[in-house]
Amino acid sequence: MDTTQIRETIQMVKEDNFDIRTITMGISLLDTVGGSVEETAKNVYKKITTYAKDLVAVGQQIEREYGVPITNKRISVTPVSLIAGNADEKEILVLAHALDDAAKEVGVDFIGGYSALVQKGFSHGDLALIKSLPNALTETDVVMSSVNVGSSKAGINLDAVKLMGETIKVITDKSDTANSKMVVFANAVEDNPFMAGAFHGVSEPDVVINVGISGPGVVKRALEQVKGESITVVAETIKKTAFKITRVGQLVGTIASERLGVPFGIVDLSLAPTPARGDSVAEVLEEIGLEQVGTHGTTAALMLLNDAVKKGGVMASQGVGGLSGAFIPVSEDAGMIDAVKAGTLSLAKLEAMTSVCSVGLDMIAIPGETEATTISAMIADEAAIGIQNNKTTAVRILPTNGTKVGDMVDYGGLLGTAPVMPVVDKSSADFINRGGHVPAPIHSFKN
Amino acid sequence: MIKAVVTVVGQDQTGIVAGIATTLAKHGVNILDMSQTIMSETFTMSMLVALDAADSFDDIYAAVKEEGARLGVTVHVQRQEIFDTMAHI
Repeated sequence: MDTTQIRETIQMVKEDNFDIRTITMGISLLDTVGGSVEETAKNVYKKITTYAKDLVAVGQQIEREYGVPITNKRISVTPVSLIAGNADEKEILVLAHALDDAAKEVGVDFIGGYSALVQKGFSHGDLALIKSLPNALTETDVVMSSVNVGSSKAGINLDAVKLMGETIKVITDKSDTANSKMVVFANAVEDNPFMAGAFHGVSEPDVVINVGISGPGVVKRALEQVKGESITVVAETIKKTAFKITRVGQLVGTIASERLGVPFGIVDLSLAPTPARGDSVAEVLEEIGLEQVGTHGTTAALMLLNDAVKKGGVMASQGVGGLSGAFIPVSEDAGMIDAVKAGTLSLAKLEAMTSVCSVGLDMIAIPGETEATTISAMIADEAAIGIQNNKTTAVRILPTNGTKVGDMVDYGGLLGTAPVMPVVDKSSADFINRGGHVPAPIHSFKN
Repeated sequence: MIKAVVTVVGQDQTGIVAGIATTLAKHGVNILDMSQTIMSETFTMSMLVALDAADSFDDIYAAVKEEGARLGVTVHVQRQEIFDTMAHI
């Protein structure tokens, strides 16, 4: 019995906010399609409530036995547009409600997959789903949505980018917070357990267990022990810490998979902050040596962090997947909020950071009067970074009516509080209104 | 049989080891190893124990937690694999 190891593990959980952020059960809905949307909805509800009936109880039991909090239990499903090919924007809402009802019945925190993949173009179901989003996201409580508008292989669907900017504006007019339940992707991954972007890809098995783990506090604590040492030591320290916490994800995933009788998919080690002090990615970057996140050197520090996290995680798990790296949401990270308030962290710097972080512009409040085409242009910028660099990028931006730059908007719970950030006031409308398709980058032609 | 680690932390007083050990014994839990020290007046103890399948993990955990509360100390019981996993390949 090694008491040092015991103390280290307990400290990670009790003091450094280490948690298994989520056990996410991926469920294929491809076999639920019926002759009518109502019949499909009935099948969807039945399949989810059958497959996931023990998910929450098993998760809670693992928490008790191993003493590691499992913050969320979630479900991801096949992109709904794929099972709603013949529905219109009103009919498809039946499926949104079926997901919401099924998720509540089994007691999970979120269900993701009210999604469409439109990087190359829209099918009938894709358009119905996107047009239904303002109602779907305001009429349901735990349904999460994502729309993929670009990929390295397909380029960027600029028509979809334009439509998503307009959709975000319509959602803003209906609700101040509903946009936090939707993300616009480029290069979306099929096995991501994190929300809002989780969906169950078409190449996935019928059902699978994916685990998402977090722990920026643990990484920060480890870095406090190597103050003043070379950056090589910093990278090694992050790698070793990422290894340790990914091992816990691997253990929990294996046990959950055994107890539920469901194959184990992947572990996603993403340093995902929460609004709590000490659970912040910004604070990790500052520990590396920045006076405040957003200053010069932030992109380099984040690149090192993101890469070392992936390297540490890869050896610790049978299958690393999802987004794995560091998330940089603003509203969910106390250090990011401070930096925005102090004027150190700008939207332009955040965009630069997204070229090396694991996702993109996330949980950023902007003034409600921001033009739809400006929002679309932000999405286009992110998609361009993603497809050119073969990485996932995303936009989850939150225009809020009746606010001005500097106001604080509260989204509640884990979603946190965001200061409204300034947006460049020159128009991008003529660019976005061109529509059409941005061709795939030259490096996609590898066949 | 499963192995677990019982950790006890709190203000030192007479009878902590006795109280926890008696509760474990009542539930048929065998103590395999233990380490106890006083760190700046705080009592800390770790025990490696073997749980018989006869009594469920949840019942044993509830019983030692209750005993811990009576003694004014914090008790955690965690399955051993969590510690092994993190520290060994």
